[in-house]
Amino acid sequence: MLSKLGILFIIGTLFTSLSIIFLTFKELKAIDNLIPSKIYKFSLFQLFFSISSFFVLLLAYILSDFSLVNVYENSHSNKPLFYKISGTWGNHEGSLLLWINILVLFSSLFLFLTKNSDKSFKILTLLFQNLLIITFLIFLLTNSNPFSELFPVPLEGLGLNPILQDPALAIHPPLLYIGFVGSSIYFSAALAALISKIDSQSFAISIKSWVLVSWFFQTVGILVGSIWAYYELGWGGYWFWDPVENSSLMPWFVMTALLHSILVLERRIGLYSWVIVLSILTFTMSVTGTFLVRSGILNSVHTFASDPSRGLFILSFLVLMVFSSIFIFFKFSPKENKKYSIFSKEAFIIANNWFMIFFLGVVLIGTLYPVLLDTITGSKISVGPPYYNLILAPFLIPLLFLMTSGPNYKWISNDVRSLFNLVLVLSVTFFLITFFLIKENNLLINLILFFSIYLITQTLFDFYESFKKKNINISRIISHLGFGLLIFFIYINHIFSVENNFNLKLGETKKTDYYTIKFVNLEEQSIKNYKSIIGYFNVSNKKNFTSKELRPEIRVYDKPFTITYEASINSNLFSDTYLTMSNISDTDVFNIKFQVKPFMNLIWLSVLLLSLGGVLNFFKRKKNEKN
Amino acid sequence: MLFKKVKIRLSILLTLSAISVFLIFLVFKVLEDNVLYFYSPSEIKNTNDLNLNKKIRVGGMVKKGSIQSNETEIKFVVTDLNNEIIVSYSGTVPALFAEGKGVVAEGRLRDKKFFIAKRILAKHDENYMPPELRGNLNKDAK
Repeated sequence: MLSKLGILFIIGTLFTSLSIIFLTFKELKAIDNLIPSKIYKFSLFQLFFSISSFFVLLLAYILSDFSLVNVYENSHSNKPLFYKISGTWGNHEGSLLLWINILVLFSSLFLFLTKNSDKSFKILTLLFQNLLIITFLIFLLTNSNPFSELFPVPLEGLGLNPILQDPALAIHPPLLYIGFVGSSIYFSAALAALISKIDSQSFAISIKSWVLVSWFFQTVGILVGSIWAYYELGWGGYWFWDPVENSSLMPWFVMTALLHSILVLERRIGLYSWVIVLSILTFTMSVTGTFLVRSGILNSVHTFASDPSRGLFILSFLVLMVFSSIFIFFKFSPKENKKYSIFSKEAFIIANNWFMIFFLGVVLIGTLYPVLLDTITGSKISVGPPYYNLILAPFLIPLLFLMTSGPNYKWISNDVRSLFNLVLVLSVTFFLITFFLIKENNLLINLILFFSIYLITQTLFDFYESFKKKNINISRIISHLGFGLLIFFIYINHIFSVENNFNLKLGETKKTDYYTIKFVNLEEQSIKNYKSIIGYFNVSNKKNFTSKELRPEIRVYDKPFTITYEASINSNLFSDTYLTMSNISDTDVFNIKFQVKPFMNLIWLSVLLLSLGGVLNFFKRKKNEKN
Repeated sequence: MLFKKVKIRLSILLTLSAISVFLIFLVFKVLEDNVLYFYSPSEIKNTNDLNLNKKIRVGGMVKKGSIQSNETEIKFVVTDLNNEIIVSYSGTVPALFAEGKGVVAEGRLRDKKFFIAKRILAKHDENYMPPELRGNLNKDAK
């Protein structure tokens, strides 16, 4: 029943999308300057059908309707309601439906919210967006239908992988999807802008909000994913340079570059072609990421159920998309009027783009190199974190420096010069204090620390200035401050993290340099859909005689049979104490991983601050539009 | 005047290409130094010019009944059904580490029969096997 209803809504979406394509195509030849109300109506219907299809799937999960193959394979009737809901997008078919929903949502929002824009530009954007929607609908219907029926209807489902039953991971995919599927709208708009020959400034203004929205969600999505990896995977790390993580980071680099170059284009200073290229590249990177993740050609710690036919479809789509974009770009290549000089504020903004594109290249090469080498020579390799750290870290120094001096370039010359020097003096002082506190010998790390402190101090001064003058770009200050703090805390965390691995039996005590860890008790509990073995550990600090109780768990889920290790984290603003235990195959020995990680929460907060800048910019724009 | 403009452009272009070539060279140099090659126990046995100082990955199945543990480390045997290697490791093993299951260990060889692992790779579900291992086990099965 729900299966038929779901398919009906999907067909409805398909039909309305086709109608929109037909109508917009017809409208291209029309002379009048008004978008016919029919298009608005169809767009509303399309949105209604698409959202309804998603709700039908959601309902099927909530009601545990196992007549749907998708629900049977990924759910279980005694799973908590929250995870039934998140199970909807926790699998390939459901996430594809979510993907389509976001495409449709952005299509309608663009149509209804973009005002005072060129008609043919709007119509063409809608046309391209709906072509994307159609392609993914066909993919959904032919290859990955979430509404496929199963007969006879099974009594019970197979269950959701317990490692995915987690609040952070439940909200992580929708956030990331809004981020990188949202980038589709400026991909469509870029192609439309080329064909409709809309002037560069109105193009910049019409896509800026969308870039901000997708950038914000991408940032927060990556953050939530990192936090999840930190406490769930049990290694105490938050970023592994894993291919799956890289594929979320690559669109982020391009979005960040786009965000900055739009600032230049907005003021009619040029970079039109470049902004178009970046808009196209963002969505291309998103689809590339999806291809890498879904096709299973990469070896990742985050495995997804993979299927070569899906990979083939996404790959063909990707190739088609890239080639038609290149074709449109060269056929309608935009006229450029460069007005900026090498040492202008604009040049500094463009410097950001150089860095972002370089970072993108580094990550892309590191991610794809194993695949290429395997295809060409057959050697199996993997590229580890050292590659990324070695290559990227030195480039952080000029990046941090440019982020500090770039935005203030214009007013360095006049009375602010004294302030500028004060900032430098303060930064050096702060740095020296830090240096004596941490006694780090590595020159590179010291330089990075110094320049991040310099950036932090400068932005704090800017923040103070902005209150006095009220004409300084507050969103830029907040984001740059967030970035400076992020780099600073990442390195401090890196320097001070302590890790000890050892094996313990119940009742034993282990002494490390600063801590005493006592294995006090072991308890077994039965909880709704799993059995839990809880260890009680007493961790006391030898220096200040404080002690903490940590309770790591080993969870045994039976549907499907899986064992997970739940880290126990005692967390405060300045330091995390992190403990995981695992049992070594049927012995009474427990394998303990004990870590002390400073400033973890401040790393998360820095990223939030970084993304907050985007939010402020978004609302500032809305306010300016009203005035 | 025109000539001067061309000259400036040319020098900018040359500088940019020099920087790009340098960056590309740098990236691939670091990449080459930091890739981890994957070996099965048989490949380790049959390769003569193994560099013992280079980090590698070894993969196969954990041999049944081979896991031993003491206070600081665990030891087990990784087999690809033809050859085996002893792996020593101190640290937390991933959730699905068990006898008879696939495993990938990262670290350095002490000699051709003994491997010191720094990391055992985590896997998300019980059916998961690293693609590189899947290929090797299929090859051996044939």
